[in-house]
Amino acid sequence: MNNPFTLSGKTILVTGASAGIGRGIAIACAGMGAQVILTARNTERLQDTLAMLEGKGHTCIVADLTKEIERTALVEQLPMLDGVVQCAGVGSRVPCKMLTQDDLDHVMKPNAEAPMLLQAQLLNEKKIKKQASLVYIASAAATMPSSGNAVYSASKAAMIAYAKCLAQELAPRQIRVNCISPTMVWTDLALVGATIEQLQEAQQLYPLKRYGQPEDIANLAIYLLSDASVWMTGSNIEITGGTQTL
Amino acid sequence: MNLQEFVVNFANQFDDTELEVFAPETSFRELEEWSSLTGLAVLNMIAKKYEVKITPAELKSVETIEALYNLVASKK
Repeated sequence: MNNPFTLSGKTILVTGASAGIGRGIAIACAGMGAQVILTARNTERLQDTLAMLEGKGHTCIVADLTKEIERTALVEQLPMLDGVVQCAGVGSRVPCKMLTQDDLDHVMKPNAEAPMLLQAQLLNEKKIKKQASLVYIASAAATMPSSGNAVYSASKAAMIAYAKCLAQELAPRQIRVNCISPTMVWTDLALVGATIEQLQEAQQLYPLKRYGQPEDIANLAIYLLSDASVWMTGSNIEITGGTQTL
Repeated sequence: MNLQEFVVNFANQFDDTELEVFAPETSFRELEEWSSLTGLAVLNMIAKKYEVKITPAELKSVETIEALYNLVASKK
């Protein structure tokens, strides 16, 4: 039977692939037959992800995407891509009245500036194939407020707005651009603002009685990267475990 | 400023049209890939590489790549 979700024959770049949702997506992409290129800052953890991938021909390239010189080096090494999933990002918990320039830079640079600048370089260097699929891991925090989460929420809202414009610009080439906005997912990032015990208690408030796992998000990414979603672009898909608040 | 280099910079704003298609006398609006977005990319390229501000109305007033080059040169 023809599988509409197959990624066989596709080459996919995953940023933030050394942990969390990025790692989950890299594993799932390889499982669906893609050739995966992993990137992140941490060599050791990137190698750990590489070792978890099914199939052959996957590679990893260490890069700090907030640094132009490292982005450039990454882009130069890349083949033509059928898909890109930008997962790299950081969490932050700072009350608005305490915000400093450093707090803003700490979040906005990796979460918003780096993905936009990397995307520009990928397009300028013509690394994105026609009919490719570009996926950004945003967050339900963009529309679900919580105290201390203002800058993180703003950084993700920025990416959702950006992606909608990018979708318009790339539609003539049949390149699709979509965002995934999860609520809480069990990753290191979730632990930025709370202890494991607090999170275990809080997840009971979700209608499906748990926070997400990276593979829950990865399956949605597979859909967006595959030909199953050829008519979807400019969308932001919330995946929430049923909750209406974070 | 150099016309040859300007033609290449202009051509680089296109994704699918082959480089050989571009010449000083090319009527760029007749290219299949030309769109308002390509126009915007060309204006940005001129601002960044030549540090000259060309308005959309000025872009509209020229037919060929060479005419655009002359307009940019006149503003340098």
